[in-house]
Amino acid sequence: MAEKVLTKAASFYDVYERKSGAHDVTHYCPGCGHGVLHKLIAEAIDDFGIRDQTIFISPVGCSVFAYYYFRVGNIQVAHGRAPAVATGIKRTHPESIVISYQGDGDLAAIGGNNILQAANRGEKITVFFINNAIYGMTGGQMAPTTLIGQRTTTTPRGRTVANEGFPLKMCELISTLESPIYVERVALTDPKNTSKVRRAVRKALRNQIENKGFSFVEVLSACPSGWKMTSVQAKQWMVDNLLPQFPLAVFKDVSKEIEPSERSKVVFSTENVNELLNIPSEENIRTDIPKPLTEHQNPRIILAGFGGQGILMLGLGLAQAGMQAGYHVSWIPSYGPEMRGGTANCHVILSEERIGSPTVSRPTVLVAMNLPSLEKFESQVEPGGLIIYDTSLINQSPKRKDVNVLGIPATEMADNLGNTRIANMIVLGAYIAYTGIMPKDVVVDALPIFIKHKKLIPLNVQAIEKGMAFVDKNNGHA
Amino acid sequence: MSEAVGLEKAKVVIREDECKGCNLCIEACPEDVLFEQKHLNRMGYHPAGYVGEGCSGCGYCFYQCPEPGAITVYKKGYVGEEVA
Repeated sequence: MAEKVLTKAASFYDVYERKSGAHDVTHYCPGCGHGVLHKLIAEAIDDFGIRDQTIFISPVGCSVFAYYYFRVGNIQVAHGRAPAVATGIKRTHPESIVISYQGDGDLAAIGGNNILQAANRGEKITVFFINNAIYGMTGGQMAPTTLIGQRTTTTPRGRTVANEGFPLKMCELISTLESPIYVERVALTDPKNTSKVRRAVRKALRNQIENKGFSFVEVLSACPSGWKMTSVQAKQWMVDNLLPQFPLAVFKDVSKEIEPSERSKVVFSTENVNELLNIPSEENIRTDIPKPLTEHQNPRIILAGFGGQGILMLGLGLAQAGMQAGYHVSWIPSYGPEMRGGTANCHVILSEERIGSPTVSRPTVLVAMNLPSLEKFESQVEPGGLIIYDTSLINQSPKRKDVNVLGIPATEMADNLGNTRIANMIVLGAYIAYTGIMPKDVVVDALPIFIKHKKLIPLNVQAIEKGMAFVDKNNGHA
Repeated sequence: MSEAVGLEKAKVVIREDECKGCNLCIEACPEDVLFEQKHLNRMGYHPAGYVGEGCSGCGYCFYQCPEPGAITVYKKGYVGEEVA
């Protein structure tokens, strides 16, 4: 504290552009700890000269409006999700200083898993956890950190172990993880303890500036309004009640031993996303493909069968090939918990227009690879639509008279090729031949993208050809 | 040009309209030179006041006060104009 003047930090706005209330004071209640922690953080941001780099994440809770005060980059996020958002920001902007500022309801209750996972991943962020043992903003409900015996609006006779369990000790929990480099609990009580809070704030920020790792500072703080006492009484109540339950300590500090390290920057460019999702670049999209007959245009497809029949793969193949053919496509799977032996279905849409919803409730095409699938989805098919079904496994015809029907013994044909699991590609061949939606070469070109075992590609091509040949022979479809 | 000597004594300046009357500064002051004023400010709080002398410039009040701009402490030797 070499400065000769202690005054409002430059990292606070001169005027707080709040919707309501005065524009020169915070919205916090008299005696609230948030304001003090804000001052210590703002002072540190000033002193370290990091204002232009800092991104402050406001939570849900009393400190939801922190963005009205800090003259830094600000984001306000969904309840408990600050560590997840902080992760995204830090990884895409590693040069930024990311502060996740959260209360006990936000961090320890609804965001409990978020903070543990971020801590466990060792995200290089700084987390300030303000713990006042109560939900302040919503009017004083029990928080995970509420003390045994403490009366809140939801524990009117006091919190009991039998009903609500013990107060959650976040520093103790987080310090058991290997990744965090600095975990300390401090308290905004008397000036001596407050100076320790100041030191902890600065250390946690310095760790991030030095590119070291995850720092977590729990700050015990008074909530005179929630505790229903004066500000001065609240300070004493902290000393008498909070401190015995939440001991002040450095739970972990390996920041001296840790070497600064860079995490590779994540770049969200269109090119990167396209590459990850196998989206063909403009020049690789075919534009020479004739439209199918009107009744087969812009199909909305349900593919269904047993798990293990390659239903989802069939849908993926269709969507991938459709993409190469220049369609907007969607593919959305729906399956039970069984990898094999359960039922599986997926929805695929190929469209000349952008697709609003990927779910298909009125399919124009149903591919049924087993009887339960035919029974379940037959009634949903649009009149004039198409039902393709595997006659090897379904010994009854569809009942609908207002749809086109193509029966194909796909599983037997696949068996004859030496692998029953190739029935899906036989059906794919039959579908493209029957509808003319796209030529064979588009599908064959797409195979290496969605088939991982390259040596299986010739068999898949063979199966597609068999399916096409079956249609040509039996239906004579143009 | 003579060298600026700065403030001879430390002092504390309170912006009464930003004070919420929590009294934490008064409680924290080791010199006992802050007090609760009789009048009400625009928010209906009794703001803290400084008796006018005896401030040691320790800054305890500043770091106990939750309002970013309510208290300014000038230490002995401060050179320049008042910021508050």
